[in-house]
Amino acid sequence: MSEPAVLTEQSACELTLDNLWQTSEGQRVLSCMQCGMCAGTCPYGDVMDYPPRRIIGMLREGQLEEVLKSQSLLNCVACYACMAKCPRGIRLTEVLLPLVKEQTFAQLPEVPAELQKALQNTLRYGNPMGESPRKRIEWIKTAGVPIRIFQQDPRPADVLWFVECYTSYHPRGQDNSRATARLFHALGIDFAILGNEEKCAGECARLLGEAGLFDTLTDYNKVLLQKYRFNRIVTSGAHAYDAFKYQYAPQGFDYEVHHTTPFLFRHLDKLKPKLTKKLNYTVTYHDSCCLGRHNGFYDEPRALLQAIPGVKLVEMTHNRINAICCGGGGGGMWLDTYYKAKGYERLSERRIQEAIATGADVLAVSCPYEVSRFEDALKVFGADKRMKVRDIVELLAESMEA
Amino acid sequence: MNILVLLKMVPDVVEELEVGPDGKSLDTSFLRTILNERDDHALEQALLLKDRLGGKITVLALDAPDMDDVLFTALAKGADRAVKITGAPEGLTTHGAARLCAQAIAGGPGLLPADLVLTGVQALDDLDGLAAPLLAQQLGFAYVGVVTGVTADGPNATVIKEYAGGVRGEFAVRLPAVLGVQAAEKPPRYVPVAKVRAVMKAQKIETVPAPAEAGAALVEVRQMAKPVVSSHAEMLEGSPEEIAGKLCELLAKRGLL
Amino acid sequence: MPANIWVLAEAWRGQISETTLEVLALGREVAGQLGAPLEAVLLGHNAKPLAASLGAADNVLYADHAALADLTPEAGAAALVQLIKERQPQAVLVPSTNLSMDIGALAAAQLQAAFVGGCKDLKADAGTLVAQCVVYGGKLEAAVAATTTPALFGVLPGSRPADAGRSGNVPAVADVAVTLPEAKVKFNRYLEPDAGDVDITQQDVLVAVGRGIQTKDNMELAESLAAALGGAVCGSRPVIDQGWLALSRQVGKSGMQVKPKLYIMLGISGAPEHVEGIKGAQLIVAVNTDATAPVFNVAHYGVVGDALEIAPALTDAVKAKKG
Repeated sequence: MSEPAVLTEQSACELTLDNLWQTSEGQRVLSCMQCGMCAGTCPYGDVMDYPPRRIIGMLREGQLEEVLKSQSLLNCVACYACMAKCPRGIRLTEVLLPLVKEQTFAQLPEVPAELQKALQNTLRYGNPMGESPRKRIEWIKTAGVPIRIFQQDPRPADVLWFVECYTSYHPRGQDNSRATARLFHALGIDFAILGNEEKCAGECARLLGEAGLFDTLTDYNKVLLQKYRFNRIVTSGAHAYDAFKYQYAPQGFDYEVHHTTPFLFRHLDKLKPKLTKKLNYTVTYHDSCCLGRHNGFYDEPRALLQAIPGVKLVEMTHNRINAICCGGGGGGMWLDTYYKAKGYERLSERRIQEAIATGADVLAVSCPYEVSRFEDALKVFGADKRMKVRDIVELLAESMEA
Repeated sequence: MNILVLLKMVPDVVEELEVGPDGKSLDTSFLRTILNERDDHALEQALLLKDRLGGKITVLALDAPDMDDVLFTALAKGADRAVKITGAPEGLTTHGAARLCAQAIAGGPGLLPADLVLTGVQALDDLDGLAAPLLAQQLGFAYVGVVTGVTADGPNATVIKEYAGGVRGEFAVRLPAVLGVQAAEKPPRYVPVAKVRAVMKAQKIETVPAPAEAGAALVEVRQMAKPVVSSHAEMLEGSPEEIAGKLCELLAKRGLL
Repeated sequence: MPANIWVLAEAWRGQISETTLEVLALGREVAGQLGAPLEAVLLGHNAKPLAASLGAADNVLYADHAALADLTPEAGAAALVQLIKERQPQAVLVPSTNLSMDIGALAAAQLQAAFVGGCKDLKADAGTLVAQCVVYGGKLEAAVAATTTPALFGVLPGSRPADAGRSGNVPAVADVAVTLPEAKVKFNRYLEPDAGDVDITQQDVLVAVGRGIQTKDNMELAESLAAALGGAVCGSRPVIDQGWLALSRQVGKSGMQVKPKLYIMLGISGAPEHVEGIKGAQLIVAVNTDATAPVFNVAHYGVVGDALEIAPALTDAVKAKKG
């Protein structure tokens, strides 16, 4: 029941609401026993007119129109809680909900302005911030270690490091990238990045129902990936990891793909002796939805943290499969204003209270969205002096300073 | 209600704009173009009118890089027809392009009669005129610019025009008319990418050859450069907290705190 | 004697606009450079007394017509075109405001003359007028000469100080007749902005927000800063278009002219349409993520950074300082 759902059959891209019942996923949906595990575990389940359970019920009755007219599904932040708990293994977050969301979107009288901007920016500039593609590698100037860009030096590399958007453009994301670069360098990894050619992998757009945008980005990325030679993809983006592993692979773009956190775990033997600086932090780790519930990487991040001298780990009330999403996935990153207008609590604020309650000095994370969301949430509670938010790679790099 | 919407592409200022080697035009190596924002509003206003009153919208544009994407997007949003004028000379100014478009409209395939011609009141790269009044004069239509609202009723339209200080004026306009749109009554709508992709497969952009004579450029650009500023802001650096501290000092010294 | 330089005066709702005086000042300079007379053209109805303010010109041509009260672009253009055809000035300087830009551009279209918009300066160069134009939202400027005579120039507010266009002179005023075609456009009424709780034109401290504020949610950051400083929030056009601020809070071409002691700009690029509303601001501090944003040419102090970080930091610092 707690096994992460693993893709064995049709990719999400091949499924539509029309052909659903002819597929094995459709058979699973038909086998739903309306147990309510999904609705019960959904962090926004109490404010949805149609939580997943009801959506399936109405879908089976051919009454989807009503669901589509309600804007319930805009409240889904694609946190994988429902999918991870479903006793039938229905691929809710990954497959069914995006299909329903796509139709919801098509009928929305007005798309919330912030979300609209993010989607338009992603289509046009390859990143939701709307920054020029030419600024995507600004951060490497201050990385402190050499970083090879395929476009300038197209020799093969062992690792294609797919940096992603927040980690390229957002100041706190750039901290993450610089730390990662230093770690890769220290480990002697032979890597190169796509630089200004890189565009968003588009997984969050896909999860929120913008399949067309995802397809456009995939078309572009497929061409781009074939230009260069590399053995594996390592990405800083947890959602990008999912895109490459579950959406690109069934389309014939089957690369060995890693997220930086489990990737660094595989190199822990080599990394550990370099972690020389004692950090003396009490750290609580927030399991990110993609790495945790969707892919089962619960132990690896913790092992990395515990390898840092002076770090003491404490757990929040909800951890591992039960972790509470930061609210950024599936479009949530750009719907805060919309949620606020409806009077919902931000999930990042709900979660940060648990973090603060542990008394830890540091909240460790492993997904780029989480840093800014949790830092904002700390300010809301006036706790930003007491606790800081750091990605695991930042902590590792900090411990590596001589 | 038969509405024409004239669209054009302008340099995208999100990218760095550099002056080309001739010293009087844009360096095109990294130039990207984007739909003129005021034209996007003109399209939205047309769509709102169609939503409310029914009718048909034709979007019209001079051929340009990335123009097709914009025209397909307009069709996906609800425009009925897209017409692209091909073969026009390069480097037309606003005056030249507007004269050409007016002729294309007058002589074009079923574009007239039109009740309304909507286009942005101005664009970032206008140098020798504004498109809307040029079109109005050439077509012999009524004209109002800086428009932020339109309703229509039979042979007349009620048009809202902006002045300064938040004051607006309401005008009764005898159709047909050209309106220079400043802002639509609502921000431009979103259309899912899948819908645009579907439109690209299912619908076609019509093309018409450009009329032989384009309008001349009525200006000569002697030089183009980054603004020479007599003063530039004194820049403050540091962390947000450090900057805040410095600003507070400044403000306190001037008795503003 | 070279042909005249004209300034199209704006008489709107019973007043000559400040921009008219600025353009008169510029016109005076240009006419002087060319050795040409400077005339002001005043279009209106029962508005002749207003001509007295136009003393910076050598004389005033006043056209009175019922249709020129609350004039439509068509009426204004028709009158201007007639006068230009009769009297053949070499250039007409038109205030680049929502009111007059329309008239100037339509008149130019009817005359097949250039309408050179976005002029921040104008001068004679070997007998030809060359305009310094703001293009691409202020990111670049172009030196532009018109190839038609007459040529019309749309002059941005702020080209010269209004005071330089004020004069104690009482100009000679000539009544000129215009016949206007049957109107296709008729003025109905003015729509006043909602009173709103705050008159931003009277505030000493304003915190202005632009696109860089990103979401309605983040407006709180501006509100907090304004409250800490004892001021009010205003905005550039995109923020008003989105409905995050009332029309009465808009600063710029279609909004208010403000003269605060302190004007803090958060996430505003500095395009001319906004900047023209803050000519009277005494101390301007701008925050923008783009180091090349034109706003840094206007501000006294600048920060290349994220307004969403700077604003709260500044709010905290101000509160701490005030105690």
